Amino acid sequence: MRKNRQQARFEKGLLKRALWDSLLLLDPRKMVRNPVMFVVEVSAVLTTGLWIQALAGQGEAKSSFIGAVSIWLWFTLLFANFSQAVAEGRGRARANALRSTRQDTEAKKLRQPNRESPYETVPASMLHKGDMVLVEAGDLIPGDGEIVEGVASVDESAVTGESAPVIRESGGDRNGVTGGTRVLSDWLIVRIVSGAGEGFLDQMIALVEGAKRKKTPNEIALNILLAAFTIVFLVVCATLLPFSIFSTQASGAGSPVTITVLVALLVCLIPTTIGGLLPAIGISGMERLIRRNVIAMSGRAVEAAGDVDVLLLDKTGTMTLGNRRAVDFVPLSSVALSELAETSLLASLADETPEGRSIVSLAREKYGIVGGEDQGQLKSHGPEGMRFIPFTAHSRMSGVDAGGVSIRKGAADAIESYVRAQGQSVPEEVHTVVENIARGGGTPLVVARNGQVLGVIHLKDVVKTGIRERFIQLRKMGIKTVMITGDNPLTAAAIAAEAGVDDFLAQVTPESKLRLIREVQAEGRLVAMTGDGTNDAPALAQADVAVAMHTGTHPAREAANMIDLDSNPTKLIEIVETGKQLLMTRGALTTFSIANDVSKYFAIVPAAFAATYPALGALNILRLSTPENAILSAVIFNALIIVFLIPLALRGVPYRPVGAARLLRDNILIYGLGGVVVPFIGIKLIDMLLSLLERV
Amino acid sequence: MTTSGWIQITIYMVVLLLLVRPLGSYMARVYEGERSFVTPLLGPLERFLYRLGRSFGLRPDAEMEWGSYAIAVLLFNFLGFVFVFGVERLQQFLPGNPQHLTNVSPDLAFNTAVSFISNTNWQSYAGESTMSYLTQMLALTSQNFLSAATGMAVLAAVIRGFARQSASTLGNFWADVLRSVVYILLPLSVVFAILLVSQGVVQTLSAPHTVQLVQPTVDASGQTVTQQTIAVGPVASQEAIKMLGTNGGGFFNVNSAHPFENPTPLTNFLELLAILLIPAALCYTFGSMVKDTRKGWAILAAMVAMFVILLGVTVWAEQTGNPSMAALGVDTAPGDLQAGGNMEGKEVRFGITNSALWATATTAASSGSVNSMHDSFMPLGGMVPMWLMQLGEVVFGGAGSGLYGMLAFVIIAVFVAGLIVGRTPEYLGKKIEAYEMKMASIMVLVPVVVVLIGAAIAVVIPAGVRAVSNPGAHGFSEILYAFSSAGNNNGSAFAGLGSNNFFYNLALGLAMLFGRYWSAIPALAIAGSLVRKKKAPEGAGTLPAQGPLFVIWLISVVVIVGALSFFPALALGPIVEHLQLR
Repeated sequence: MRKNRQQARFEKGLLKRALWDSLLLLDPRKMVRNPVMFVVEVSAVLTTGLWIQALAGQGEAKSSFIGAVSIWLWFTLLFANFSQAVAEGRGRARANALRSTRQDTEAKKLRQPNRESPYETVPASMLHKGDMVLVEAGDLIPGDGEIVEGVASVDESAVTGESAPVIRESGGDRNGVTGGTRVLSDWLIVRIVSGAGEGFLDQMIALVEGAKRKKTPNEIALNILLAAFTIVFLVVCATLLPFSIFSTQASGAGSPVTITVLVALLVCLIPTTIGGLLPAIGISGMERLIRRNVIAMSGRAVEAAGDVDVLLLDKTGTMTLGNRRAVDFVPLSSVALSELAETSLLASLADETPEGRSIVSLAREKYGIVGGEDQGQLKSHGPEGMRFIPFTAHSRMSGVDAGGVSIRKGAADAIESYVRAQGQSVPEEVHTVVENIARGGGTPLVVARNGQVLGVIHLKDVVKTGIRERFIQLRKMGIKTVMITGDNPLTAAAIAAEAGVDDFLAQVTPESKLRLIREVQAEGRLVAMTGDGTNDAPALAQADVAVAMHTGTHPAREAANMIDLDSNPTKLIEIVETGKQLLMTRGALTTFSIANDVSKYFAIVPAAFAATYPALGALNILRLSTPENAILSAVIFNALIIVFLIPLALRGVPYRPVGAARLLRDNILIYGLGGVVVPFIGIKLIDMLLSLLERV
Repeated sequence: MTTSGWIQITIYMVVLLLLVRPLGSYMARVYEGERSFVTPLLGPLERFLYRLGRSFGLRPDAEMEWGSYAIAVLLFNFLGFVFVFGVERLQQFLPGNPQHLTNVSPDLAFNTAVSFISNTNWQSYAGESTMSYLTQMLALTSQNFLSAATGMAVLAAVIRGFARQSASTLGNFWADVLRSVVYILLPLSVVFAILLVSQGVVQTLSAPHTVQLVQPTVDASGQTVTQQTIAVGPVASQEAIKMLGTNGGGFFNVNSAHPFENPTPLTNFLELLAILLIPAALCYTFGSMVKDTRKGWAILAAMVAMFVILLGVTVWAEQTGNPSMAALGVDTAPGDLQAGGNMEGKEVRFGITNSALWATATTAASSGSVNSMHDSFMPLGGMVPMWLMQLGEVVFGGAGSGLYGMLAFVIIAVFVAGLIVGRTPEYLGKKIEAYEMKMASIMVLVPVVVVLIGAAIAVVIPAGVRAVSNPGAHGFSEILYAFSSAGNNNGSAFAGLGSNNFFYNLALGLAMLFGRYWSAIPALAIAGSLVRKKKAPEGAGTLPAQGPLFVIWLISVVVIVGALSFFPALALGPIVEHLQLR
């Protein structure tokens, strides 16, 4: 409730400022950027002059008529400006809100570069180049940096897409760490090498403020078309004066059409609806992106997003959950299944990684193994003599020692060397099982008890729920999806089939990614991709639409043309939709605007020539009351329709993934046919209202 | 409409559409430089002309970028202008002038030269009493070939802009013009001229015949007239290319209403067919050359649909006739003894349907030939031909120029439709961007501006108004028609406007120049920009630029632009005339 009131107050303040802004936007220097509306402004000034002349008693028509026309022309301008001001205000407010409320990664900033030094907790965005931070197991690394001290296993899946943890240590060429990656074990002291990129928000604010906004290529092309229409109508209206002079001479009746009527006709004919709302459409497209926590570097990029033909999606994080789950226990032939399950359970009780938990739950749920309490409890109050061995980057395995029994689980080669060190041998059967699992797209985890291998746990990537449906939607939109993974082709194929992508690229290297993008582009297609690692930077720079994760490295963010503050790779799909909406709204309102002209002709032409050719009254199919009212009704409708369409301009025409042919048909019916019919009704209603007011 | 009218129109459309594919694919082969069954026959002529061209320093095998192509077009047409102008101004001193006609006045010579190089064939003169045989054959007939070939060559270059990718050149203008003449226009004209001669179209170099009138008559000044001069000349050779090349400039003043130009029902049918034949078939050529015939059929379907609907209006308006005649008790119903309807200004031999069909076809295509006088049509019947020209001559249009004009509309239609489906607009895989929009807008804009401003000047200056022979709204229609015809390079006249004077010769001449080259050059510029672009493959998200929906959309764009640009002007002309009649 309170929030609603706050919201209302916020909106009220916004509208107040927008009203003021719409007056400021009347400045001809700003107006001239929009040729259609500039013509309206010149017309408004002209009719105002004619009005003053009429008030002085030398008018070409009744001063009340000229006055009403000129007032409504000013309203037309103000309404159009208002739409732009509201869109700008909302965008600005959204970006400011984002800046103030954004939850930052916490960083432990050290006073001295050693482990024992005291530290203070600061937001990652406050870090500067050269700051020293401590990162412990479970922490996110707050920014790009170099390791000064320590060795740790780091989950870089958010950056590289590779789900297996990697070892990072001081010295040598493995001392670089990336912001947004997570330390899994041990600790590091990191020297920050680049400040956080909050400056992007300022860039975004610039994009939503009309004055600084650059027109996108598509907007320029549309403006050319609108300018062409404006010129045509200028010529139509200007030549109507000589035509009218000739006609009055020919018929010997009436007087030539007045400048006021010609100006009214001109403003009604030129595409003011789209011309007036065009800035608002562009700005609100940006604003919709900010609402989704995406910062675009240019309007061009947002438009290009709507054209994307191929999406390159990282497997990890986008299509699969970042972590793998246990799905099966495969015992050696000499071992009972329950024995392996129980042993695995014991080995994982204290393992708090998602993989570990999944092993426990698989053992409990599927194989009904009881025993062991809640893991958290176990860890702190474990039975006497039970000692848990956590996973470390050095051993690359974990397990438990209890009552003279020692259980270990880990990668095949790590367990193998462990077993050998115990003086035991590894049965050949293990290799077969391990290979089978790997071939099916899984990750094998070997379990050994007292130096003897019992069997293998099958870990598998879990495809996100709903992702398959998303890909079906994308296919309907005409977009091809390609999965990018560091896995081997066999694993990749299995996951690709499960997720329903169109294609996959396995064992990717930065070079192969770049090559793929170039190949696709050479076919004339537009490519979108997300990325966050430094090695993604070349590919991001090459892609037409490149979205960097906010958690990504500095080079990645530099190379991208959009940044996702939520670091959610599926966002790409929404970005594509926003881009499409932007174009669709422009197309729909252009169609609507031009279609409107049909009815305006039927209102104004018979009215303008009623005295010269009474027979033309047959074209007054709306039976509008008087010539003055007919012209005024058309002008008023033309102004009001802008107000009515502001919500549509701000919200955007809804996009549905139904294929281009159906979209075209539906939107032509709504905005084309609707654009022909609606103004007939509107003008008639306004005319009825006007004649009612006259009688009162 | 009468049953016989239905049957005749149906036969006409069916025969026309049956010829589209064979001729269209043949022309595609010609422009792609492939051999065909006529190569053994005409190849030597082509090679000879190439050799001739090389001796003038032309290189017919060198590929041209759009700029050099455009310069070649302008240069070639400028030379044509100088030649036609020169022959007209000197015809008195040249041979081939058995009637001893004097030199053509400078303003008329300018107007006529512009008219014939721009494929307009607006005629401010009566052919048989103004132009010598030599002028008709050497200057006018040769330009009938060359102006049509220019339009077709420009179209071939524009098509290559869509067909090629990541290239920079559009072909060679000299080769394209030569191929258009040697392989397309010349063989068709020869066959057609022989057919016409067989039907009685005259072809002679002898002087006009003077014959005694069977029944002497009295002229306007009260003198008794006992003799009549029957004009003859090399008609058939000019008639064939006049119809095939969407030229329309008649040998005689009354054009194809003259029995020596169009003597029999068969010649009438064949000439009608020839009006639309090449423009219609070029749609298939387009589809074939861009390797997507559906695109070509879609454009043709849009043209045919607009044509048939507007034809219906004309036939209906003429067959219904004049209500004030009916009010006088005159029987205007069709029957065994009369065509009924409005027969004023029509040949009895052709009747309502064939006159209306011709009027619609000749203005849909930029032919401008007539077999009846449009000035005498009913207001709505006369509005249709006028509006077909005002649409920009894109419903079939001129040989070549009609289709590249239509492609400008296609670009605009695709642009808006592309936005509507949420993609940067593309056509045939080529992205439509600001530059293409600018050029397409110019192509659509310039004829509209030329027509309206030209007419606006004419209705206010005394020289413009004085030429009008009918008072009232009809006089306005006459002026509007003249500028619609010149600005869109059609060339047909509403009649009733005395246009052979300095003002109209100059104003209409300029309108023809603007209309022609402000369309051809931007079209080449679009091609020059598109040819550099890559072709994106079509997908489910791509706008399908074919199929009924796109055809309807394209028609809507053409009609809306045409209607919005000319509704007020038409309201003060034919529309109010029509409403006043009721």
